[in-house]
Amino acid sequence: MLTLTAGADRGIRRHGRETYPYECCGALIGSGERVVEALALPNAAEKEARRRFRVRPTDYLAAERRASELGAGLLGFYHSHPDHPARPSRYDLEHAWPGFAYVIVAVDRGEPAALTSWRLREDRSAFDEEAVTVAAEGGAVKRTGETPCPPGF
Amino acid sequence: MPTRILIPTPLRGYADQQEVVEAEGATVGELLANMTARYGSLRKHLYNEDGKLRSFVAIYVNDDDIRFLEREATPVKDGDTVSIIPSVAGGAGRRA
Ligand SMILES: [Zn+2]
Repeated sequence: MLTLTAGADRGIRRHGRETYPYECCGALIGSGERVVEALALPNAAEKEARRRFRVRPTDYLAAERRASELGAGLLGFYHSHPDHPARPSRYDLEHAWPGFAYVIVAVDRGEPAALTSWRLREDRSAFDEEAVTVAAEGGAVKRTGETPCPPGF
Repeated sequence: MPTRILIPTPLRGYADQQEVVEAEGATVGELLANMTARYGSLRKHLYNEDGKLRSFVAIYVNDDDIRFLEREATPVKDGDTVSIIPSVAGGAGRRA
């Protein structure tokens, strides 16, 4: 289960709205399974940025550095799917790394909608979805974005 | 003198959880060979079956991608930092 602070959840959704109809991307920084900061990064996909994202190597290093500064770790990455369900594509699978959480936010006609999180299986055959909770400012926890169907493409 | 190699988060599990390892070598290729001699399971994440560096991994010497230098023949000198950087990419897939 992945927990996002309310600020990280808001940050990811806001970024998805700002870059619509293009994909946004960023790093998830925190400890264990708790994301305390969503670090927005530029989408360096040369073409098809409506359907693709790419993190520049120097931005990847900046994300690792930011995690160290916070005494935290790099837990994974987020990106948006403009007008597309919040489920990983075959292309996402091919580019995934083990151990990272991959958060996807669907942005439907400009409005952030479902937000999901996925982890690559050790044998790279598929992603498994994990539940996402948002830690509300008051400390209560609300559930979001779980989809009832099994992972697919 | 050993050179510092930054290990990215997803590969630290194959390097005793270390963020930085040190290795000896005059070129990037020698450095990586010496490192993977010590941490054998890193090898398959860095090289493909033909022994070539995988395209999903970038190697930087300080701020420069070795693809724009001399690739694995790129020399390293005292005080250089070598970074192994996983390529992070994805997207919604083909145009609907
Ligand atoms: Zn995607």
